Amino acid sequence: MRYVMFVCGDGTEPEVDLQAATEAWVAEMDGRGIRKTGDRLRPVADATTVRVRGGEPLVTDGPFAEGTEVIGGFDLLECADLDEALEVAGKHPWAAYGGIELRPVWEWLGA
Amino acid sequence: MRDAVEEAVAAAFRDEWGQVFATVVGLVDDWELAEDCVADAFAAALPAWRRDGVPRRPGAWLTVAARNRARDRLRRAGVEQRKLAEVASMPDPEPLPPTEFPDHRLELIFTCCHPALRPEARVALTLRTLTGMTTAEIARAFLVSEPTMAQRLVRAQRKIRNAGIPYRVPPAHLLPERTAGVLAVLYLLYREGYASSTDELVRAEVSGEAIRLARALAALMPDEPEAVGLLALMLLQEARRAARLDAEGELVLLADQDRALWDDSLIAEGTTLLERALRRGRVGPYQLQAAIAAEHDRGPDTDWREIVRLYDELLRVLPSPVVRLHRAVAVAAVDGPAVALPLVEELAAELDRHHLWHATRADLLRRLDRGAEARSAYAAALDLAPSAAERRFLGRRLACLG
Repeated sequence: MRYVMFVCGDGTEPEVDLQAATEAWVAEMDGRGIRKTGDRLRPVADATTVRVRGGEPLVTDGPFAEGTEVIGGFDLLECADLDEALEVAGKHPWAAYGGIELRPVWEWLGA
Repeated sequence: MRDAVEEAVAAAFRDEWGQVFATVVGLVDDWELAEDCVADAFAAALPAWRRDGVPRRPGAWLTVAARNRARDRLRRAGVEQRKLAEVASMPDPEPLPPTEFPDHRLELIFTCCHPALRPEARVALTLRTLTGMTTAEIARAFLVSEPTMAQRLVRAQRKIRNAGIPYRVPPAHLLPERTAGVLAVLYLLYREGYASSTDELVRAEVSGEAIRLARALAALMPDEPEAVGLLALMLLQEARRAARLDAEGELVLLADQDRALWDDSLIAEGTTLLERALRRGRVGPYQLQAAIAAEHDRGPDTDWREIVRLYDELLRVLPSPVVRLHRAVAVAAVDGPAVALPLVEELAAELDRHHLWHATRADLLRRLDRGAEARSAYAAALDLAPSAAERRFLGRRLACLG
């Protein structure tokens, strides 16, 4: 099963530098063939949202959902099941600071 | 009066639903479909067994009937899909060994109690899939409407499929934590049937199902002393059920209960199980709570010093403010209310939204002749008490203070 993993936090940086630990996590999960792609995202200050209403695009500065929790990065995982995805996500250094949301990809079986 | 065939179907429903469902869901990987097909198989059993006689192994008959039904439905769905999309048909379900059905209830219960499901969904799904209680019965037990409960169950079943929650007994590295989760769900279920505010008949049924599930789990996990400890705990509490309420349905405190109403055979069975679990030398919170219940079951011979000691041990594995509150009650029995009161008061910050904290404090203040403080503590407890029987009990206590 494929899962998109959203790395979530409150928009602030933790006091310790997580870069080396994150790189180690990426190397491990790439090596296990689990992580297909993924990247860190620029902060919500750089986000832009577009909504089309009545055929007219409405462009606003900022994220779709205003909140204290923000998505700081994403990874696409290929896992046997949710337990494996939970193990992989639980090892991500950000899990100990913010949280990791796992969303199963809606697989298109009709084709 | 029910005839013999109706009795056989009812017995199969009680004894076989969980196993049949556990096998079928493992085959079709679709909880909603499995539930429909198992229900259909039970509906088909009555006319078939009247015609052909009750099968020697009703569970195997029902499993085959449900499996065949599921295969037909998957085939039909496959045909419709071909018509619609002109793609290949859906695959046949996995082939089944024709006669032998291993017991898959352990896989089922671990899946129902997966931490990715909400706690209330875990409890409901465990009841629905393992006991065959109907959605309407479960809704009544949890004081929600039937559509609400049906939606809760369907959501949980869909999440299992869509989120990829595996249907299995967890591997060794996950087993301790997941087993603790399963035990917690079963104990929650039991407590729901012991202390919730629905009517006594519904509650007795829920507790009875929790005990049956704990029995099955203890048999399926014979090397897990906490599973046996949980069963012992339930039996040792269940033994006092008939004495908990008086003829008017009012709560009766442990000390005031009619000992003759306690069920000695449950006490004996629970005690034997507890000793068996403790011999394994891996003590845990359920075994310790069972040991405390066993000590209470000795009635006037209860050794309160031993209860304090057991709570000390319990606090080492389960350091919760509620356990400290219960320990303080035992200290009051040993050393008197003046020693216990400060132990209760130091829990104020953690428990002041909990009616039992106010009720315990009120009782100690009453025994220390501090009437005005006792009254306001009883009033606070009354405000927070969840069930009508508890509110009536506290109201009577308050009235006694004048």
